[in-house]
Amino acid sequence: MAKYLLLKHYRGAPAAVNDVPMDRWTPEEVTAHFQYMQDFADRLEGTGEFVDGQALSPDGMWVRSDGQGKPPVTDGPFAETKDLIAGWMIIDVDSRERAIELAGELSAAPGANGEPIHEWLEVRPFLGAPPTITE
Amino acid sequence: MDEALLRAVVPTVIGVLGRRGADFAAAEDAVQEALVEAVRVWPADPPRDPQGWLVTVAWRKFLDAVRADSSRRRRELRVDEEPAPGPAEVVDDTLRLYFLCAHPSLSPASAVALTLRAVGGLTTRQIAQAYLVPEATMAQRISRAKKTVSGVRFDRHGDLATVLRVLYLVFNEGYSGDVDLVVEAVRLTRQLAAMTDDEEVAGLLALMLLHSARRPARTRADGSLVTLAEQDRRLWDTRLIAEGVDVLQAALARDRLGEYQAQAAVAALHADARTAEETDWVQIVEWYDELVRLTGSPVARLNRAVAVGEADGPRAGLAALAELDPTLPRATAVSAYLHERDGDRVMAARLYAEAARAATDLPERDHLTRQAARLNAGLRS
Repeated sequence: MAKYLLLKHYRGAPAAVNDVPMDRWTPEEVTAHFQYMQDFADRLEGTGEFVDGQALSPDGMWVRSDGQGKPPVTDGPFAETKDLIAGWMIIDVDSRERAIELAGELSAAPGANGEPIHEWLEVRPFLGAPPTITE
Repeated sequence: MDEALLRAVVPTVIGVLGRRGADFAAAEDAVQEALVEAVRVWPADPPRDPQGWLVTVAWRKFLDAVRADSSRRRRELRVDEEPAPGPAEVVDDTLRLYFLCAHPSLSPASAVALTLRAVGGLTTRQIAQAYLVPEATMAQRISRAKKTVSGVRFDRHGDLATVLRVLYLVFNEGYSGDVDLVVEAVRLTRQLAAMTDDEEVAGLLALMLLHSARRPARTRADGSLVTLAEQDRRLWDTRLIAEGVDVLQAALARDRLGEYQAQAAVAALHADARTAEETDWVQIVEWYDELVRLTGSPVARLNRAVAVGEADGPRAGLAALAELDPTLPRATAVSAYLHERDGDRVMAARLYAEAARAATDLPERDHLTRQAARLNAGLRS
């Protein structure tokens, strides 16, 4: 089994096919979208492949150390940040092919006009534990 | 309470319930519930006959479940009090469980999970922790696996090779939560070896013992990897090595070579060398030749190239490597190592960095990054 992170972006991914911002959808379309995501997660729990899923606020900031004894420096949020992550799902699957298949399904969540969004999701394999036998 | 001892009798108890007419899925559920109760009750009130206690409680749990689920089709239950199974029957029951849990209709991950629960007696929570997934997800994985094998006849023997593959996976994935899966894999393989008369079961057991012996030396306190050549061999467990060599020699003497025996033979040659320099690489190349002949595995070919590099020099190793698919996992790392030994440190540094980017586990990536950094620092000074 291998774990994969499916990353959903607010910004930074290539444009979706059905590319309408969510605030222009009808409330019913928004509800249907979230329901699809929830059903998807429930189904993956049923197949024994779900690990975690979380959504992120777009309202973040940058933080860095400013040296010993000083409080950390904060900056932002930057409206122009190119890459903004909206949330993730972690799956534990038998193969890379299965990860791609599931990301494809998740990308087809309904959006404006009830049509699938066909948005681009980023799929990233986890670095696992080392095998016991290496030679 | 000795948890390992408790878990060791789980397959027997499932077998007894099976003989009394319970199907596998229901028997397995009932035994899990009895285990939970044992963990709760035994510390204050240990039974004189732990196995008898588990059979009684599990059978009661099973009957409760049948009665509670009156909508289920009526089961034909045999009499409650059958005589206890004899030793031969216990062996048969346990063996059948190994075959059932590793049934070819299951995906590797499902077979691993089911084996750890029904044969290993681990709880769903322990298995979930070991594989870093939520308990609910692991519960579903196990329940689906049980459904998949529910049509398989409990009394038919399966394919030993699939069982060995599952045990190898448990050992090799090396994850651990509060249960050490490497130790668990050795326990289950040892138990299988005691019930069977098969060279490859012995070969796998020897392989596991010989690699377990090196565990104290293969990671530093900070979790970073120590390569075989750099390991402090005084930390190797000589008792495990002696047992592994004995098991392997007995298997090899029967002259029916298989892939696990060949891999164990390589591990035994490493175990035999007091220092890395004393390693008999010529013999190791011969064993890899056997392994390539037996399996045709690309991983075996890659390891053979490493061994050729040690036996006949880095140029020979690079020549062997050139015949392989360069996109194989770890091929770039091997190339980096051989180029450094051949004196080309610029190329080696570049390849180590490239290999680090392609690594699939964290200690391996960190190790390769450190190699690249070491070479680059040397090139600057």
